[in-house]
Amino acid sequence: MNILELQNLRKYFANQKAVDDISFQIKEGSIFGLLGPNGAGKTTLLRMITGIFYPDEGNIIFNGRKFDPINDIRYIGYMPEEKGLYKKMKIGEQALYLGRLKGLSKTEAMQKVKEWFEKFEMQSWWNKKVEDLSKGMQQKLQFVTTVLHEPKLIILDEPFSGLDPVNANLIKEEIYALAKKGCTIIFSTHRMGEVEEICDQIVLINKGKKILDGTVKEIKNQYKENIFQLGAETNALHLATFIFEVIRHQPEKLLLKLQHDATPNDVLKHFINQNIQVHSFNEVLPSLNEIFIKLVEGTPEARQFEKS
Amino acid sequence: MNKISLIIQREYITRVRNKTFLLSTFLLPIVMILFIFGSAFLAATSKDKLKKIAVINDPGFFSRNLKTDSTRVSFSFVNDVDSVNYGAKGYDAVLDLRNDPSVKQFVIHSAKQISGDTKDVIEKRLDNAYQDYSLQSRGIRKDILDSISKISSGAYSIDNRVKTEKGVSKKVNAEVNSLIGFLSGILIYITMFVFGAMVMRGVMEEKTNRIAEVMVSSVKPFELMMGKILGIAAVGLTQLALWAILMTLLSTISSAILSQQLLEQAGQLNQQLPAQGASAGFAGKMGELSTIMGSVNWLLVMGCFAFYFLGGYLFYASLFAAIGSVINEDPQEAQSLMLPITMPIIFGFIILSSNINTPDSTAMVWASMIPFTSPIVMMGRIPSGDVPWYELAGSMALLIGGFIFTTWMAGKIYRTGILMYGKKASWKEMFKWTFRKS
Repeated sequence: MNILELQNLRKYFANQKAVDDISFQIKEGSIFGLLGPNGAGKTTLLRMITGIFYPDEGNIIFNGRKFDPINDIRYIGYMPEEKGLYKKMKIGEQALYLGRLKGLSKTEAMQKVKEWFEKFEMQSWWNKKVEDLSKGMQQKLQFVTTVLHEPKLIILDEPFSGLDPVNANLIKEEIYALAKKGCTIIFSTHRMGEVEEICDQIVLINKGKKILDGTVKEIKNQYKENIFQLGAETNALHLATFIFEVIRHQPEKLLLKLQHDATPNDVLKHFINQNIQVHSFNEVLPSLNEIFIKLVEGTPEARQFEKS
Repeated sequence: MNKISLIIQREYITRVRNKTFLLSTFLLPIVMILFIFGSAFLAATSKDKLKKIAVINDPGFFSRNLKTDSTRVSFSFVNDVDSVNYGAKGYDAVLDLRNDPSVKQFVIHSAKQISGDTKDVIEKRLDNAYQDYSLQSRGIRKDILDSISKISSGAYSIDNRVKTEKGVSKKVNAEVNSLIGFLSGILIYITMFVFGAMVMRGVMEEKTNRIAEVMVSSVKPFELMMGKILGIAAVGLTQLALWAILMTLLSTISSAILSQQLLEQAGQLNQQLPAQGASAGFAGKMGELSTIMGSVNWLLVMGCFAFYFLGGYLFYASLFAAIGSVINEDPQEAQSLMLPITMPIIFGFIILSSNINTPDSTAMVWASMIPFTSPIVMMGRIPSGDVPWYELAGSMALLIGGFIFTTWMAGKIYRTGILMYGKKASWKEMFKWTFRKS
């Protein structure tokens, strides 16, 4: 079942088409990556899904029904890219306040905050103020306030920026755990490494339009270039063939690009016939980073991609 | 609705618990008292020092009639001084009385400019001298003139009694009424700025902290804005209530101490100078003060004060919130955007202070109707007690309508502004945000 369906969503601002005819579906319980360079329209899209903006055209179907921001908002947790908390407010009170604004009762909120604080070992922070926390600690608090009310749909915009690997892992584990419990997670980023690792399904948008949609595996297969890596000791004499082209030749490793009528077995046969020991042989799929750079290169926004 | 009350609670509690709230609650009355006494003190001491003026070329009658017994100016009729050497002779200025009698204008030479006050005093003295001279030249003796002027100055005073609706003639005092009106006008003026700026800073804080986006994914922007405005209104009312309690306490204590002293002094005076009846004088003065204070319709004044404080605050607070929502981190932007909001407030204050003694003048009546200035100006008219009920009702209705309009407009600007980063919104853009459909 799809928890969220976007149908031909459009949002135009005075001087730009921020979101221009985007449709996709997100399955319940999946981890979904929304990717795109800066200025692609990700934030606008997320603001429509969180009910902050109304779309100019198109429909949002949430949980099988038309999205109704006022009532559905309590099933959504949104952590924006620019993290924000009340600096002068005590941490415990802040978490309670934000939880109650999402519709939790006072006792519920208290219980949930305590659970999460325990999980993240934050109990001693209760009476501290946000301004006393490090950036990473603030990030953890922000994450807690986002998931406190047990939303069905959690939207995380760049959740790992500013986190050290230990804390990033902690939050990553929580994301997996939440997904396992049935939460759907939308994960917006421009760091491809994170996406490859975490996401089941991804959508790439650029300049307000969707340019890619599918699972990581599908997309990689779609953009594969028949490149294989072969581990074997070879010299130039062994490589005289029309089956493949050598892209990179190292003494113990070869990077090959197959001609399109050739199969991997042809390659193996070629080496086996020459009695060369093959230690390893595997297909090299393009990284998402490469695919995306290839897809959005040439557009002005493309330069703002960060390498994973 | 539940969410708004949560926001109100937060805004209220975080502010009231803050140390600056306590500090300002207890320091502001002290600062205000110091300000009032300080300015009174300055006004009293800034009077010019005694000016010694040499008078030359007297046509004949001035030396006899020009009175020199003043703390402001003293005249010396001399012959050896001219418009060049008066400084060396120890005079501040030299007044040359030689001229064509038809022109009636004299020249005064001085090293520094003569102040307007001093000029008035000199002119009045010259007029009096001329009047005395004219009366004498028609046969009235100088000693008779002197004795008349002694008994006639300050011989009568006026006690104004106004008929109330119940037909009872009531003693009023215009000065006291003006003072009460002026003070409550100032208080509204100050609190409008203080709490308006508080709203603006709160909105700016939410915007620059980027919490706004988290908040508007939970509540509607309008709820967020109204929660802040109402929460700060509650803070303002709390502060006013605390001030009222503080003032009552202070005045009770001080009057207790004062009256004790007065009684003692009066007793001593009675013993020392039984013939002069000093205690009766004191008692009379105290009694008069209490009847004057009693003549003020405190219920009306307090009620109107609360209404105009809230109404004026609500009228401007949403505008301040709108301004706060379009500002980025740069406080300089705030300055230029705030100007159109602060101007009418200052304008209202100027109208109040320049017309406080004529509460029924056209300027006051109009300014007390228009919601931009009415909270400040109407308070200057209320204590006089003769604002017709329909004017008061009209002013209140306009103010309520006004703040509904400003809140609606500000809500539209706020909704867009709070999520806009990077550039400052222009007036044109804000206007567009206001009138586009949602």
